[in-house]
This record gives sequence, C-alpha cells and structure tokens, in this order.
Amino acid sequence: MTGFTELSGKAAPLDQANIDTDQIIPKQFLTSVTRSGYGKHLFHDWRYLDLHEQELNPEFTLTQDKHKEAKVLLSRENFGCGSSREHAPWALADFGFGCIIATSLADIFYSNCINNQLLPIALSSNIMDELFEYVGSNPDVIFHIDLPSQTVKVGESSYKFEIAQHHKQNMIKGLDAIGQTLDFDQSISAFEEKRAAWL
Amino acid sequence: MAQTLYDKVWNAHIVEQLGEDTLLYIDRHLIHEVTTPQAFAGLNENNRKVRRPDLTFGTMDHSISTRSLALDACGPQNKLQLQTLADNCAAHNIQLYPVGHKNQGIVHIIGPQLGLIHPGMTVVCGDSHTSTHGAFGALAFGIGTSQVEHVLATQTLKQSKAKSMKIEVTGKLPIGVTAKDIILAIIGKIGHAGATGYVIEYCGEAISELSMERRMTICNMSIEAGAKAGLISPDQKTIDYLKEKDFAPSQEYWNDAVSYWQSLSTDADAIFDTVVTLQAKDIQPQITWGTNPGQVVGINQAIPSPDDFDDPIEKESALKALKYMGLEAGQTWDKVKVSHVFIGSCTNSRIEDLRAAAKVAASGKVKSHITAIVVPGSVAVKEQAEKEALDVIFKEAGFEWRLPGCSMCLGMNDDVLQPGDRCASTSNRNFEGRQGRGSRTHLVSPEMAVAAALTGSFADSRQFGE
Repeated sequence: MTGFTELSGKAAPLDQANIDTDQIIPKQFLTSVTRSGYGKHLFHDWRYLDLHEQELNPEFTLTQDKHKEAKVLLSRENFGCGSSREHAPWALADFGFGCIIATSLADIFYSNCINNQLLPIALSSNIMDELFEYVGSNPDVIFHIDLPSQTVKVGESSYKFEIAQHHKQNMIKGLDAIGQTLDFDQSISAFEEKRAAWL
Repeated sequence: MAQTLYDKVWNAHIVEQLGEDTLLYIDRHLIHEVTTPQAFAGLNENNRKVRRPDLTFGTMDHSISTRSLALDACGPQNKLQLQTLADNCAAHNIQLYPVGHKNQGIVHIIGPQLGLIHPGMTVVCGDSHTSTHGAFGALAFGIGTSQVEHVLATQTLKQSKAKSMKIEVTGKLPIGVTAKDIILAIIGKIGHAGATGYVIEYCGEAISELSMERRMTICNMSIEAGAKAGLISPDQKTIDYLKEKDFAPSQEYWNDAVSYWQSLSTDADAIFDTVVTLQAKDIQPQITWGTNPGQVVGINQAIPSPDDFDDPIEKESALKALKYMGLEAGQTWDKVKVSHVFIGSCTNSRIEDLRAAAKVAASGKVKSHITAIVVPGSVAVKEQAEKEALDVIFKEAGFEWRLPGCSMCLGMNDDVLQPGDRCASTSNRNFEGRQGRGSRTHLVSPEMAVAAALTGSFADSRQFGE
C-alpha cells in the first residue's frame, strides 16, 4: 500500500449525525467477493431515486456539481456506526474520498479506515460548525490535510487533530500490518505454549 | 491493583506491549461468508497460511435463503459468496458448518450453543454483533475484513485498551418485561453513541437473574450504544450452561477451567471510568420510534416530538426520523399499523425467545393483512422448537416457520421489505432501509412482536397470554 502524508481537495458536507454503514453501502452490495467496485453504490439509497442507479437524486449532496470532486467528507457525531462491514471504507475510498472529518467516528469503522489509508479525523462540534460554514459559503474552498503535522487547514484557519502514533505511522508508511505482526512470530509461539490446556 | 473483568481478560492475552498498542492473542475466531472472501484472497496473494485453523470456526448465515437449503436459492452472487467460504475453509482446514449441517446457524447463536465460547476468552468475528459473546465474560468484539485477515494469519490483533463503563440495573425486573427491554432502555438512556470508546460491564440484580440466553440478548446490542464490547461476569449459570457442551473443557480440565472462570469477576474495589445506573422497576416494554436504536420509548409513552430534544442535532435527527418512519409526534402506539412481523436475528432467535413468543402466539391469530415470519437462530434451535411443538403453535396462529439464518434482520437474502412496509422486528437495527429500501423497522422483544401480529398495531404484550 502507498502511504498517506497529505491531501488537498474540496469537501462535501453531510450535515447529519449517526450516519451508519448501512447508509454508506447497503446490504445488497455486500455479496461481492472482491474489495473493488463499491464506489458507484456509495450512499445508494440517498444518491439514487431508483433501485437500478439510473436516476440521481438531485437533492443529495454528492450528486451536486459543486461537490462532485470532493476528496474530504464532513459529517457529525458517530459517523460509520453500526455494521462492521469494511465495504463502507472501500466504497468511500473507491468514490474518491481520502479523508473523513466528523465530530466522532464509530470504533470499528475507524479501524477499517486506518487499514484502508482513508484518514479518519475527529474534531470538536464547534470546529465542525466552522468547517460546515466554510463549505456552505464557498463549496470550492480547499481543505489541506497534513498528517505528519496533524493539521487541517482551510481558508485562514488551521486545526490540530489527534491520532494514535501507531495509526499515524502505519498510514504514512503504508505498512503491511500483518507483515509487522509476523515479525513477532516467536512471541506469539511463546504465548501459545502457555495457553491453558482446555483452550 | 484492583481489576475489572475487562482488565483481567485483557491482561491474560497480551503477547507484546508495543508502545500504546497491545498485541492481543485471540482464542476464537468465528467466520461467515460476507466479511471473509477478501481476507482469504489477501492471504492467498501473500502466500500466507491460517495460523490456527483449529481456533477458527465458520458458518453460513447472512446471505442464505430461509426457504430452501440450496446455495443458489437467492441468486448466483449469493451462491458464489457461500461457495467461496466453503472453498476457503476446505483449503485452509477450517471447520465449517454449511447450510444443511446440524450445527449451522447464525454465527452468534451457534458459538455459544456449541460451547465454543468460554469465560475469559478473546473472541472476534467480522460482524459487529460479536459483542453477544460477552455474556460469558469473554472479551468479544466485531472486526473489519482487514482485521479478519490479520487474525487468520497471526491469531492476534493490535488493539488499544478502551475505557470501562459499569452499567448496573438494580432491583427486580417487572413481570412481562424482557432482556430486550432492558438493553433498549439502556441505549435510550445513554444514546446510540453513548458507549463509544468503552467496554461495558453489565451488572446488578436484574442482570444476574437473567438466564444465559437473555444475557446474550443484552450483550448483543452493546454495539448499538457504540461500545467496543459488553461483558457480564461469569457465575454458576455460566458454568451450568457450558457443562457438557461439545466444545466445553473436557472432564480432565473442567475443574481447573471453572476455578479460572471464577477468578475473573471484577474486584470489589475496582474503579470504572463511568458508571450508569438504571432501576429495573422503571423499565416497561420498549419500542423504537426512530432510525437508530437510541430513539426508543416505552409502549405506554406517546411518540415524541422533535421539540422534546434540546440538542439541535438530536432535534434535527428526530424530525428526519419521524418523517422517514411516517409517524407523528404525540401519536399513541395503538394507532400505528404494522404490515410485517419478524421474529429472529442474533438478538432474539434462541429457544427461550421462541418459547416466550409462542406463549403469546397461542392466544390469538395473526391479522390477515400481516406477513409474519419466525426464523430460528440455528438448526438446533429449530429442532428443539419442533420437539416442543412451538412450530405448530406459530403456524396455527398464522406465522411462517422458516429455516435458520440472519434473514430479515438485514435482508441479504430475499426476506426484504418494500418501501413503506412497517415491521415489528426482534432484530437489533432500525436504520433507514436496513430491512429494505424505504422500509420502517420498530425494534421490540419477541413478545411485543407477536402482540403486534395479533393486534395489527403495536400493543403492550403484557395484555396477552395466560
């Protein structure tokens, strides 16, 4: 995997709390056995007026011309809650998003993002208000995300965000998490030797 | 230092401490068809093996038919996914319980039923309702597909420790109020994201009096409050439940295992980051009115108004939810007509759920305009129910009696609702479109679901039966 250091692009606003992974990618698209091709189904129920994805819903943020090229998605509390389906970050990334900024993100979704080089950022409710205002007044405003310095810059404003160091390093270096763990093979074997006999 | 149950299980599984990260050993890995094909493909691309096929168990549940045992009954794409699981399990020597096998069923039903889950274990599965297994005092949580691949290859996961939350439900539960009502009331109180970043330990008289199956219903929905996991301390009921199950510790090790399990309870002076208390006597049968499980009220309360919420985001959510659900503020539940009833899912499809539902079903008939289905959680549950003639009660009342699977909880098969359908459902998620695009889901207990089927609208299940 290639690493993630920075990203600049427009942002699309989904000003709503509790957006669950069923909304991000509905169940009828989970029967695929590959990791690719989910972007066209992203937010299916909200984005299309019909089941066959022929007719776009003009009311929905992501179908509007002004947000079409967005690389950053803004939302509110508890983004990505519900089902553990990794198809959700696969769909967001395949659509073109590289970063999700929300008031808070659900646990499993957060890990799934990290494992797919999709940067999840949580910022306070007040800051989110400001970010939504930026996009509301100028949809073309560019968000600059810098992972090494942990900052989001937009207009004249700059915001710091938190990320665990190991997540940060894995994102930046694009490391193979399994390969890293396999380096501890001896420790794992030693642990296995000591497990209770009934397990 | 005094430790919680969570601390003890966590500490017993540390392979390596890597700065702020911990490499944790995983005792049980449950797998199913939907979240594993890409993980196995990743292993194969990198020429990696499954480290511990003996600790890994598979079943088919999400995308199978509940009317036919044929893998292609729900179309070629579903068949491909099911066949891919079968091929992967065969290639990697993993025990699979496919459709037609006596051990097949919903992954979170069969794990406990087979005795695969012991107190103190770490349990993962590519499914958010893995929290179910916390009922045994196991640390059990859902993971994504990349993590499934990681566990297959290494039998470990890198994790950061969550904060701890104690949820105590004091006193005795009123008659006719169920475990489903307790957990919905908890989520209603703390909110849909109220436990994000936490591992919950449920305790108190109302919890310890519950049977193991009821405890599973509680822990199952921990994720609906955002929790990483939800645990209940193992006790004599846990030990009795496990005794003589297929994968329980053998006679030779039984006493050692039991002593270990008994050492896991939270120490009396352990400190939790957060404590929440509910009084059992205040809980009445619950019903969700909105589009997340935190939007819930008692059956005798009217549907709320957006104006009841001070927080502008909650107000907006309520407004949007009422519109989607086709409900009006102030409406009483007897005015809300139901078109479908679903009894099933990893939350409420165990034998005790079906017994409780059948008891209500015996008192009437399903209204003619309602489609009502009962989907047992596993082959074993189905067979037991049939032995007790519960299927006869359901069928005579007008319910369809189906084959085991996840079914209408998420509708990955053909058990899907149409736009505008309104379902009384014993499942765990009332998200927009969860049971079908434009469909409306109300989460309730099995007793309440049957009461809705017999009445045609929502009713207090305590008025039925006996």
